[in-house]
Amino acid sequence: METISGIKQVLKEHGRLATDATALADDADLYQAGMTSHASVNVMLALEAQFDVEFPDSMLKRGVFSSIATIREALETLTHAA
Amino acid sequence: MYTGSMPLPPGEFAPPHDEMAESTAIVVGTDLVQVSEVSKAMERFGERYLRRLFTEAELSYCLESAEVAPSRLAARFAAKEAALKVLRLTDQSFSWRCIEVARNPGGWCYLVLHGPMRHLANEAGFVAFSLSMTHEGAYAQAVVVGQRRKTLADERIKPTLS
Repeated sequence: METISGIKQVLKEHGRLATDATALADDADLYQAGMTSHASVNVMLALEAQFDVEFPDSMLKRGVFSSIATIREALETLTHAA
Repeated sequence: MYTGSMPLPPGEFAPPHDEMAESTAIVVGTDLVQVSEVSKAMERFGERYLRRLFTEAELSYCLESAEVAPSRLAARFAAKEAALKVLRLTDQSFSWRCIEVARNPGGWCYLVLHGPMRHLANEAGFVAFSLSMTHEGAYAQAVVVGQRRKTLADERIKPTLS
């Protein structure tokens, strides 16, 4: 739950979404919600700072940043690997 | 419907019969980036942002002048994104630095693909890329045209003129 609210906060500040990030469903498509590819880079960098992780190149796929659920999954993989 | 060859008016461009053109397909990608978004990202994330997206050579050219740096970087980001659209990457991972915008001595820019990105392009049958970038005020834009060997799927979706 804490992870989800952290992700939503980052999306709110950096995602440039057309809708309110806090009201988005976990599986809503962020690109459809207005996130540009450049905004997805900002989201990635902000997530790294917020969760103290680093996304390796192998995790840089369009799909990883496509929804709150996929971001959470990626963060869980990174934090468990640490 | 008339299907024979049409005589062209004088001065019209008549493409020559070209086996290369007949055996390859053209794929286009474009992207538009707001320059102010790049400025903000540079302020917020600094070196981390720059090193994640751009190569040493790109940074060395773009950061020559603080005034034009955001526009030059925005154009290069647009070029990288346009190239990704041409390559039609869906679930493959990638590094932004594997797509580099290089400049020849005349100032014209072209794409250089490195490592896994080069491999992906080869696998997809790409034989050439062409790049054009522009920036004006608030926006920077890039267009990438890729030429790749045709596949059976291309034959099935051949456009028809009517």
